[in-house]
Amino acid sequence: MSQIAVMKNPLSALGRRSISMIQEMGRIAIFFYRGFVHMFSLPLQISKIVQQIHFIGMKSVFVIVLTGASTGMVLGLQGYYTLVKFGSEGLLGAAVALTLIREMGPVMSAIMVTARAGSAIAAEIGIMRISEQIDALETMDINPMRFLVGPRLAASLISFPLLTAIFDMVGIFGGYLTGSVLLGINPGIYFNRIETSVEMVDITGGFVKSLLFAAIVAIICCFQGYYTHTRSQGFGARGVSLSTTSAVVISCVLILVTDYVITSFLL
Amino acid sequence: MTDQPFIQFRNVFKAFGAKTVLNGVDLSIYKGEVTTIIGKSGGGKSVLLKHIIGLAVPDSGMMLFEGRPFSEMKRAEKKTMKRKFSYMFQGTALFDSMTVFENIALPLVERTSLQKAEIRKQVEEQMEQLDLREINDKYPSQLSGGMQKRVALARALVTRPEIVLFDEPTTGLDPIRKNAVHNMISDYQKKFGFTGVVVSHEIPDVLHISQRVAMLNEGQILFEGSPEELRNTSDPLVQSFLKGSQLTVDG
Repeated sequence: MSQIAVMKNPLSALGRRSISMIQEMGRIAIFFYRGFVHMFSLPLQISKIVQQIHFIGMKSVFVIVLTGASTGMVLGLQGYYTLVKFGSEGLLGAAVALTLIREMGPVMSAIMVTARAGSAIAAEIGIMRISEQIDALETMDINPMRFLVGPRLAASLISFPLLTAIFDMVGIFGGYLTGSVLLGINPGIYFNRIETSVEMVDITGGFVKSLLFAAIVAIICCFQGYYTHTRSQGFGARGVSLSTTSAVVISCVLILVTDYVITSFLL
Repeated sequence: MTDQPFIQFRNVFKAFGAKTVLNGVDLSIYKGEVTTIIGKSGGGKSVLLKHIIGLAVPDSGMMLFEGRPFSEMKRAEKKTMKRKFSYMFQGTALFDSMTVFENIALPLVERTSLQKAEIRKQVEEQMEQLDLREINDKYPSQLSGGMQKRVALARALVTRPEIVLFDEPTTGLDPIRKNAVHNMISDYQKKFGFTGVVVSHEIPDVLHISQRVAMLNEGQILFEGSPEELRNTSDPLVQSFLKGSQLTVDG
């Protein structure tokens, strides 16, 4: 009998965990739906969206340029020494550009923006929750989803593809720096290979990915902050710190998992 | 006093986990009056207030507004009803990343289509009445606790609400400002005729501005009546609370 009980407990624990995960996914889906609807609810919150574009997009440009340049330069180095073994170093431009446009650009820029702006979004909304500022909005009949989530989601959807484009462009020049300037590949060949190998479908694929990552990051970070008070492991400042950590970890994991899923459909 | 209560609690229960906070509350709040809720700290007074504005929902029992159960109202009706309310939080709940001016102006900016100049006029008028000068561009964290309270009060009153809920509006204020806030609630109430619900420990000061008093004890309304009736009641628990003394086991 006791053996059955031992067998039963892990199963019920697994069941509980699974049900709670499914419920959480449902809550996130509803949260996304409400946030999405409130992006367009009238009157449009143009000034708030612009403010958020400044925060999420504009203020991330420096870090995106920095990581884009580093990634491109590393790709240039690694690609050169791999391709040179096969005597195909002339293909470096194509290798760097395709890797950046299809994969590295959307993924790396999404992860960098999560680290810089996503964590800040989760912390800000979390603090607003624990200090009753979100309750205050409700008492004023100001919809918190419209006021807080709508503009951040809209700003992310606008900023992420643009940041990805900057990342790709800077990365390609980073590859040029190491591949051509440092290691001597003819610049004409480097850029010509890019022109002939990159197709519109690659750019569209990267664009679609960056849009999806934007929605993931904005929603997960807002969701974690918004429901800080429902965490069972921590209250107050500790709850906010846990929410911020969860927001970054979940966003990054989802970015990578979604990337695989989308890539498998796109290829 | 009209016969029909404006807001009515009918046998309202509310528990948080194992802790029952409201244990069958029956309470009537009448239009155009200031009702003060007194009771021990941590006794559920703020929770009671949050039920009125919809931040908390009863586990069982019923909330009625103008005789109609809130749960049966349509969405649009609830929205219209909610717009009549204003709430002043115990911990102020000011938006800490906005300036004082932006905080007070927010309900006007978000809920009305007033021009910027008109909003500025109304906000500055409100600030003037509450003795809030030259702090437009300051952030809440740069203000003293008392001043934050007054900013929260200004935000609560700027929309000229019909029902204002005050959660300990004078805690942390000096006696002069405390009286000023009490007078202001009273003056505003007379001027605009709003219905006020005040949670307060400031006895007897708050009784001077109240038409009705309710005492919450162990999750139930122990006393409900006029301040005069409160003073004359023979209930030992009420008297003990008013005198600030602990009731002994044998009473």
